[in-house]
Amino acid sequence: MHVLLDNLGLFRRGFVGTVQLTVVSATVALLLGGILTLFRIGPVPLLRAIGAGAVTLLCNTPLTLLFFGVTLGLPMLGLTDLSYFTLAVVALSAYSSAFLCEALRSGVNTVDTGQAEAARSLGLTFPQTALLVVLPQAGRAVLPPMSSVIITLAKNSALAGGFSVFEMFTVEKTLIEQGYAVTTVFLWVGLAYLVLIACISAVFRFLEWRLAVPR
Amino acid sequence: MKGAAPVLFDAPGPRARRRHRVYGLLALAGALAVGAAVLLRLSEAGQFVGAMWEPFTYRGVQERVLRGVLDTLKAFGLAVVLSLVLGVLLATGRLSSHRWIRWPCAAVVEVFRALPLLILIFALYNMAGLRDAVEGFGNALRNGLGAPGDWLATHYATPTLWALAFGVALYNGAVHAELLRSGARAVGAGQWEAAYALGMRKRQVLSTVVLPQTVRAMLPGIMSQIVVTLKDTSLGFIIMYEELLYAGKLLAQNISTPYGYPYLPVLWVVGSLYVVMCLLLSLLARQIARPRNRREARVRS
Repeated sequence: MHVLLDNLGLFRRGFVGTVQLTVVSATVALLLGGILTLFRIGPVPLLRAIGAGAVTLLCNTPLTLLFFGVTLGLPMLGLTDLSYFTLAVVALSAYSSAFLCEALRSGVNTVDTGQAEAARSLGLTFPQTALLVVLPQAGRAVLPPMSSVIITLAKNSALAGGFSVFEMFTVEKTLIEQGYAVTTVFLWVGLAYLVLIACISAVFRFLEWRLAVPR
Repeated sequence: MKGAAPVLFDAPGPRARRRHRVYGLLALAGALAVGAAVLLRLSEAGQFVGAMWEPFTYRGVQERVLRGVLDTLKAFGLAVVLSLVLGVLLATGRLSSHRWIRWPCAAVVEVFRALPLLILIFALYNMAGLRDAVEGFGNALRNGLGAPGDWLATHYATPTLWALAFGVALYNGAVHAELLRSGARAVGAGQWEAAYALGMRKRQVLSTVVLPQTVRAMLPGIMSQIVVTLKDTSLGFIIMYEELLYAGKLLAQNISTPYGYPYLPVLWVVGSLYVVMCLLLSLLARQIARPRNRREARVRS
């Protein structure tokens, strides 16, 4: 217990760091994943190919490698004033967006074809059909897989600690270096993640309940 | 979307097709422009100078990269075997009818599934118990087996390797356990009843009737989790296990050129090797998991 109480400030800073990283990356990832999905279900063949290529590439890149590419590559391109936090957000959200795109795309298949047909017969264009009619319903259907992607994102955010962002992994590293018992530190840090993940799934359960429609 | 008429948009006529081609080409041109700008910036930063890439023609460097690939594959292989064994054990544990087996197994699965792998690996790496055990085992090998034991000890009795392998195996084992359990739930009740009616014991029913069907039904999930296992192996970098990425970092630090250390060239080479390995494994996974390559997943009853 004293491990937690003696280092409450450290734990709080780390937890806030992890939460910020998760929330910001999840938002950016949702946006990117949505754009990728539009590319992949859209009528333009070349964009479909680009979307598919990007998703395959991102799904088969280890996150550690992506972190390296971003943290070494972007500063080399002249973007030297980006903070470590921003770089971590870029890597995490790019990685997660591919998985979100896969989830959303599988949701598009669950939407009744009549919906899209009705939208088209009203004269809606593809962006209108997708954004106003199909994707909102698809998103509702894929809330469970989406929540597991976001939970994975929260867990993956630990890697940012290895790339100079202050979050829970930094806390674990610092405390173990200070000589605290490994198991105790592990238990407390693990507990922090369990709390975070419980919160994320609670949010998604709430959304599921709120957005549920009788079919 | 292939074959069937698209639902989300009208079948494009000649004008729409032309318009779509313009959109596509614009996007492609944009992508190419960004790519060109990136290459230009990099070459201004001296990343394409011969001195940066020359090291890759050295034999020693090539061997070092190859050793990194092999070390990555070694940790990956160990992790896959351990995780599959653990997955089967935990899944059977969770299906047990004894509460005192079922609950601990459920707890282990839920906890290890929810923890970030990096946190787990780093804790394992710092546990004195694991380190002592591995080193003690290595010494026993050296003393007991002579030259082959010595080889085994140097290559397999390193604490970082086992911290990585155990960590990855614990996490992925928990995921495999969940996959197998949900697969076993999907095996029809008739299968269980028929097996019991033949006089089989519970263990026989599980191992000869339910598990084979489960594995077959869950093969796509299991295979894609194995790809995840390969990607997870890259976390060994953080605990300084000498896998591909760490080997790359060491290489880059030891080569000095007038333009600084060749981090990006090394990253290109090492990174594309890693991505190609993952892509090949994904391809293999998809091939194995493809329905027509599997026998009928469910026996008709």
